[in-house]
Amino acid sequence: MQTTFPRLMRMHAQQRPGAAALREKEYGIWQTTSWSSLAQLVQSVACGLHQAGLQRGEHIIVVGSNRPRLYATLLAAQSLGAIPVPLYQDAAAAECVFPITNAEVRFCVVEDQEQVDKMLEVREQCPQLSHIYFDDPRGLRKYTEAGLGSLEALIAAGSLFAQQHPQFYANEVEKAQYTDVAAMFFTSGTTGNPKGVVHTHGSLIDRADAGAEFDKLTHSEDVLAYMPPAWIGQNIFSYAQWLVCGYVVNCPESAATVTIDLKEIGPTYYFAPPRVFESMLTSVMIRMEDAGSLKRGMFHYFMGVAQKVGPALMDGQSVGFVDRLKYAAGNWLVYGPLRNNLGFSRVRVAYTAGEAIGPDLFTFFRSIGVNIKQLYGSTETAVFVCLQPDNEARADTVGVPCKGVEIKVADNGEILVKSPGLLKGYYKNPEATAQVLTADGWYHTSDAGFIDSHGHLKIIDRVKDVGRIVGGANDGAMFAPKYVENKLKFFPHIKEVVAYGDQREKVCVMINIDFDAVGNWAERRNLPYAGYTDLAQKTEVYQLIQECVEKVNADLAQDTLLAGSQVSRFLVLHKELDADDGELTRTNKVRRGFIADKYKPLVDGLYGGMTSQFIETVVKFEDGRSGSVSATLLISDAKTFTPVKAAA
Amino acid sequence: MSKVIGDVILGVQNISLRFGGVKALTDISFDVREHEVRAIIGPNGAGKSSMLNCINGVYTPQEGSITFRGQSFDHMNSRQVAEMGIARTFQNLALFKGMSVIDNIMTGRNLKIRSNIFLQALRIGPAQQEEEEHRSKVEHIIDFLEIQAFRKTPVGQLPYGLQKRVDLGRALAMEPQVLLLDEPMAGMNMEEKQDMCRFILDVNDEFGTTIVLIEHDMGVVMDISDRVVVLDYGKKIGDGTPEEVRNNEEVISAYLGTSH
Repeated sequence: MQTTFPRLMRMHAQQRPGAAALREKEYGIWQTTSWSSLAQLVQSVACGLHQAGLQRGEHIIVVGSNRPRLYATLLAAQSLGAIPVPLYQDAAAAECVFPITNAEVRFCVVEDQEQVDKMLEVREQCPQLSHIYFDDPRGLRKYTEAGLGSLEALIAAGSLFAQQHPQFYANEVEKAQYTDVAAMFFTSGTTGNPKGVVHTHGSLIDRADAGAEFDKLTHSEDVLAYMPPAWIGQNIFSYAQWLVCGYVVNCPESAATVTIDLKEIGPTYYFAPPRVFESMLTSVMIRMEDAGSLKRGMFHYFMGVAQKVGPALMDGQSVGFVDRLKYAAGNWLVYGPLRNNLGFSRVRVAYTAGEAIGPDLFTFFRSIGVNIKQLYGSTETAVFVCLQPDNEARADTVGVPCKGVEIKVADNGEILVKSPGLLKGYYKNPEATAQVLTADGWYHTSDAGFIDSHGHLKIIDRVKDVGRIVGGANDGAMFAPKYVENKLKFFPHIKEVVAYGDQREKVCVMINIDFDAVGNWAERRNLPYAGYTDLAQKTEVYQLIQECVEKVNADLAQDTLLAGSQVSRFLVLHKELDADDGELTRTNKVRRGFIADKYKPLVDGLYGGMTSQFIETVVKFEDGRSGSVSATLLISDAKTFTPVKAAA
Repeated sequence: MSKVIGDVILGVQNISLRFGGVKALTDISFDVREHEVRAIIGPNGAGKSSMLNCINGVYTPQEGSITFRGQSFDHMNSRQVAEMGIARTFQNLALFKGMSVIDNIMTGRNLKIRSNIFLQALRIGPAQQEEEEHRSKVEHIIDFLEIQAFRKTPVGQLPYGLQKRVDLGRALAMEPQVLLLDEPMAGMNMEEKQDMCRFILDVNDEFGTTIVLIEHDMGVVMDISDRVVVLDYGKKIGDGTPEEVRNNEEVISAYLGTSH
């Protein structure tokens, strides 16, 4: 499709003016914006921004959660040929400085007071940031800073301008070509400054369209937009595909109401990283433990049936008559109500991506009749590279290449991709661009993997993270940290894991317990605890975690390639790893190197054979202040198993 | 940021309150100006809650009078106080534990509801429309206090910090001119306190509501109040801006515990 986002919006407004484009829950009621009123709103914002001096080709920052008027701002900026740059709403002020300086941003549109405060703080270092507009005026009435204005006022001024210049907006939209830059996304990056990934209208629309065609999406889908709009995943699902298909995007009332809103909307098309599915399953399991014995018995019996029959039914395989009957009864008594409770009653296609998903978790959702599948992609590829077809969903692969995509595995195991959705380049960073995008048109994903016998792509780890064990019993064995971490994370009691082993003689891990799950587990055993730190250091908890570690070791021993990656020693961390402390990226991936430096005494303790180690760490609170946490952590050994087959 | 503080809206003149032989309050006078945040502080048993209860009409002082908007009263009557536009929250939360958040806040609109119980029960006549109007007000308060996720949760199931917020919500539902807060931050953790401070300042800011609060946490008081009254053993020992109070010898000794 050789078109642009604003043109797509105008097309929907013309063809289906009264149809719903956006819904937002406010004051307890879902408020609908139709395509025609959206078009009106976008025109006003665009005219307002034009009057304020926004130039073609200029970057404009948009920060906030999923709000209709911020979506309209993205469209308005694109209508004028300006380039919207969405930033993560939970990023600290310091993290916003680089993108704003890098792209020489003068304009920003933000959600509320919190973001305004952040931008005003940033402005001390970025004096060129002259225009700040906010959507929600609460608490801002008495702000008198220069260049600060409400989106409301901008819209009013814009609509007046539009009345005086009726042709202006349409002309501006016509000027843009599909090869023009549409948006820039900053990737968090595990090291160094973030990189601005530049995408054109063409690349985003092409991928959105390929994905829509793959799953036969129509304008009658309902989507709930609750992940940060700065994340390409959310942007593709609730912006690019929204405009390509013309379906309805629903904005939740607040971050805390997502589960309620999900249930009310019952989306038909759903996208979430594995951790969201995981927390759903955890909450179901915890609530089932508290249920009466009849309900609990029924749940466990029918979940047994579902696990046996559900995935096969979903894959369209034939199933015996009795099993079918049992499943139908289960569907009526358990799966149906459960799906309804989770907000999955109407879901036709659900995707998970970004991280590996645990086989139990994956099977759970498929067995109760939720068509959950995996996909593979990144910011640089505008998401859609590989997708799992409806009947071929599996937990350990990421699907087959979709329309327009070519895949090749390099000699070092790296996956290379060629597709119309590739980035135009990194903003002002030709060296980095040259590293990932070679002259022959291949994009280097830096993921290591291979194509399995069914033609599905399987990812092992990041190429640079795949290491070797040096010395000791497993000398020379391959070590894939993420593979080990994920296997451990699949246990509901474990939230986060950091594994070390490259260039060392054995594998050691640091573990974060899942406070909800372990807390609940402890309460059930009448195990008193004072808080996170206290709970994490209970010997009972260590035993629980040890069992998990040893199960993983037994499992790894079966693996020809990775038997040497078995975990020898572990400890449970006293605090949760947090993006605010720089330990995780904004997309919640562990920064292994940073953590190794920060917790050096712990790493030394693990490898030095100590049984406990004192550590004091500085923690940053959300409001920017900091405090410190200290504890003496136990370090424990885990049993390892002799490989079933000798390591290669 | 500066706000316009108006004339005296509420005055307390020479109040003395005794329970038998126990003197809870002795000859207390102070005033509250419109749109200000006025704090009453003091050590345990200083008579802070008693003072609030006198203003609120729960206790009747033996001596002294209370002025509200120029009108003078020997004693206040709780209902009358509410009708005049003075709302309060409670130190130990007097919420209806089994009722939802919405219903609890809705009770705060009780005085504003005009249709009678029969019309309401049958939802006929003006009752339905009226309910919608009140619900809309309640929804705005829910939005303001950011408790949308708990709209339909029975209050008894909520954590303490949120219950405090609901308590504040119910008081706000009266659209009060003066809001009396009895230890709004007692028993809260740091984060909850910060949230509560923000809500109190926002109420003061957005609706121009005059706020009289009792608080133990000195940091909080000094941060958010315009003027502070200090009580000790039922007597007023200090009155002024946080800065003045902080440097007041008598106040320092009351808090640091020199011999009396």
